[in-house]
Amino acid sequence: MSLADRILDGDIRAAARLMRDLDDGFRSAADEMKKLYPLTGRAFILGITGPPGAGKSTLVDQLTAAYRHRGKRVGVVAIDPTSPFTGGAILGDRIRMNRHADDPGVFIRSLATRGHMGGLSRSTGDVVNVMDAMGMDVVIIETVGVGQDEIDIVRMAHTTVVVSVPGLGDDIQAIKAGVLEIGDLFVVNKADRDGADRTARELAVMLEMKQTKPDDWQPKVLLTEASRNRGIEELVVEIEKHRRHLVDSGALERICEERSVRHFMDLLKERLFAEVYGHIRVNGQFREVVEEMRSRRTDPYSAVERIIAERFGEARTSAS
Amino acid sequence: MTERTLRILVGKPGLDGHDRGAKIIARAFRDAGFEVVYTGLHQTPEQIVSAAIQEDVDAVGLSILSGAHNSLLPRVCELLREKSADDIVVFGGGVIPEDDIPGLKAAGIKEVFTPGTSTEHIVGWIREHVTPRG
Repeated sequence: MSLADRILDGDIRAAARLMRDLDDGFRSAADEMKKLYPLTGRAFILGITGPPGAGKSTLVDQLTAAYRHRGKRVGVVAIDPTSPFTGGAILGDRIRMNRHADDPGVFIRSLATRGHMGGLSRSTGDVVNVMDAMGMDVVIIETVGVGQDEIDIVRMAHTTVVVSVPGLGDDIQAIKAGVLEIGDLFVVNKADRDGADRTARELAVMLEMKQTKPDDWQPKVLLTEASRNRGIEELVVEIEKHRRHLVDSGALERICEERSVRHFMDLLKERLFAEVYGHIRVNGQFREVVEEMRSRRTDPYSAVERIIAERFGEARTSAS
Repeated sequence: MTERTLRILVGKPGLDGHDRGAKIIARAFRDAGFEVVYTGLHQTPEQIVSAAIQEDVDAVGLSILSGAHNSLLPRVCELLREKSADDIVVFGGGVIPEDDIPGLKAAGIKEVFTPGTSTEHIVGWIREHVTPRG
């Protein structure tokens, strides 16, 4: 039986193995995904992002519990950074989620970034799709601890929650582009700490300055204490409100379409590159180009044009 | 492109009060280029096995100081067998008397590292005995 068939049969090991194959870039995984793809597009994808130490994992743990309480099956994809020096990683998000380990309605997978920028791993979208096909009603993605520019999550998730904590920096931090633009909901976690109300107020003011149309979603700021399960119910209510807004406004359909378009583009890029690069590496052209650039007999622009022309015919080079 | 990254779960079953040793091992594994799923303190064997399966790890390293190794470590192997996941290598470390080691090995623990073992030795053992599956 193929991995995909076993997954549809409820085999957890097969699902875990396919996720590994996807993460390791096995070509065989593509064939399995072809079989699973028709069954995807049903799960609600919730993104949780924010700086390191904001309490993302604890919040994910509480949200998992809250959705389980509502009878939903929950998948969690938790991402931690890969060491740029050794290629190794410590994936520690499960520490906060252990109570769900033996709940058959929860599947948690830790992924390392493996050099991928943007706050997610290259495999995240595929792993989410596997969980979707497994029948998870909600898939929660926890990004790595982000700074100001790791915003891939907004292209992956239906609803994005940006988690912050009091006292991270002065007001200007909140105006910077990036995280402020991607949140559908903002959470100030560790709300028992000094300055929580001030942080929430500053965020709210910044959000009000955003130009929005009357029917647009108005991002809200909520206070939570994830470690004590405070504010979680309110957060889930707001998440569900946003989800309904997405459905009613037709935005959900657009997000899903954009996500599959992006997936297609990424795959196309990856495959085209592998195809062309593999070819010129084998036939020795790659080494020639490197040599010619070193002696300044050619430049990278001309070299790429030449190789594309040879591979796809002259007419294609001017297409862009 | 098609090369596996070794994944290892490091966990602490039972009631140990601290996890310094486990953290040192986890860092040594990271520095060796492995992906370490670290599950922290106070794990039941059920939680460890379930996490090992969901994370598709190649090995499970269990650190234990409390003296309950003779029941907790074999239980992990037993549960892995029940779930047909006994291709996952289990090894242990911590305060474990020499006399208990043969019994643990008979129960399916592949190796037991006692206090004083260098992290280099453990990483070397992993490289020799644990290969990414499939």
